[in-house]
Amino acid sequence: MSQVAVKQEVDARGSACPGPMMELIRAIRAAQPGEVIAVLSSDQGSKADIPEWVEKAGHELISQEEQGGYFRFVVRKIH
Amino acid sequence: MEKIVILGAGVGGVVVANLLAEHLRPALLSGQISLEVITDSARQVYKPGFLYLAFGSDAPGHYQRDVHSLLSPLVRLEVDPVSKVETSSGEVHTRSGRRHPYDQLIIATGARVVPAATPGLEAGGHHFYTQEAALALRQALGRLESGKIVLSVAGIPHMCPVAPLEAIFLLEASLRRRGVRDQFSLTYTYPINRVHPIAPVAEWAAQVFQERGIESETFCNVEQIDAQTKQVQTLEGNSIPYDLLIAIPEHRPAQFLEDSGLTYNGWVPVDRESLAVVGHDGIWALGDTTNLAIPKAGSVAHYQAYVVAKNVASRINKDIAPVHYDGKTLCFIETGDDKATYLEFDYNRLPVTTEPSRLLHWAKLGYNEIYWLTAKGVA
Repeated sequence: MSQVAVKQEVDARGSACPGPMMELIRAIRAAQPGEVIAVLSSDQGSKADIPEWVEKAGHELISQEEQGGYFRFVVRKIH
Repeated sequence: MEKIVILGAGVGGVVVANLLAEHLRPALLSGQISLEVITDSARQVYKPGFLYLAFGSDAPGHYQRDVHSLLSPLVRLEVDPVSKVETSSGEVHTRSGRRHPYDQLIIATGARVVPAATPGLEAGGHHFYTQEAALALRQALGRLESGKIVLSVAGIPHMCPVAPLEAIFLLEASLRRRGVRDQFSLTYTYPINRVHPIAPVAEWAAQVFQERGIESETFCNVEQIDAQTKQVQTLEGNSIPYDLLIAIPEHRPAQFLEDSGLTYNGWVPVDRESLAVVGHDGIWALGDTTNLAIPKAGSVAHYQAYVVAKNVASRINKDIAPVHYDGKTLCFIETGDDKATYLEFDYNRLPVTTEPSRLLHWAKLGYNEIYWLTAKGVA
């Protein structure tokens, strides 16, 4: 898989629901279409909530990984 | 002389001041220390009262008192808006140009609503987070004879996380009581995929919505309000038409905190147990202005005031032991029909909802009146 250039990485580890998702939404609002944002979350709820929101909002979930007790979501803003 | 300065005279600021006056009474009387509250208003407003102004019949001014009347005589009150905190020199600058040196600083300046942060909201919607806004909403609701009322949470976090639920419950009940419920549709929108951040509360509220015919739309992040066509436009690409919009605006801390470099990612970062501001020895914060992932609620500020007062006093009087905040939170939820329920939880316990009752409603109304004893540190 080719490397994706992440424009901004939001570290929301330690933040409880809905913190990580709201941090992602805040970053998406500020980003330009096409830009890629990564968000780190240690909240278990993010595992389902973030992919669900990304799909509903019409953006692209490039990857979702679990790394040493936290999740890393990489999202491309589409519009 | 050791100088303790408290910024803000809401519930957190006033309670912490009165508790410190009690803990450090001998040192204050002998002049070894000074205790000063700096605030931008000589009046304290009991913010939960706004809900009763908007959806009830309470008179404006009912939920206000002079700050001076709430404070211990050992506390000096300065009404002068803060313009900056200079942490390097340990000074608070106020708008009048005065400088207030401190050895320990307590930040209790709460949160402010920023309707302008959502394009179109000021022209196209209402809220109930100030006295003026609550009264304007009450008048608008009184003029509306039928139509679609939308309650949209535009910003998280916001003061009193259960307030939007209370608002829609009180509104639904009042329309039913007036015999006009069938003339209105009610829609509640929320940014995440349920109607409240706390899962058990969301499940309970969703059930009440179903029973009372309140529609809900989740994953609904307000992008802007089109005041001309009366539509809420969302980040997810939806447009929600309305006849009357009640929004929960975005919240931010006091501007001087942002200007002083004391915020990170929007709010003042604190250690969740000691309530010390991260990276600033001798500075503490409590209440709505912190970054803690717990409700921005008066009860939280109240419980945290006990912790901060002990921790500040322990640095002066070695007989006083520092203590930890455990996340304790208590929230009443008005559900309409003269009933209420409540939630109590902490860092380790999730809330459990109980069946709404008239007793809890009257307990809440009673607390609204005796709150002023709480502020004085009596209750």
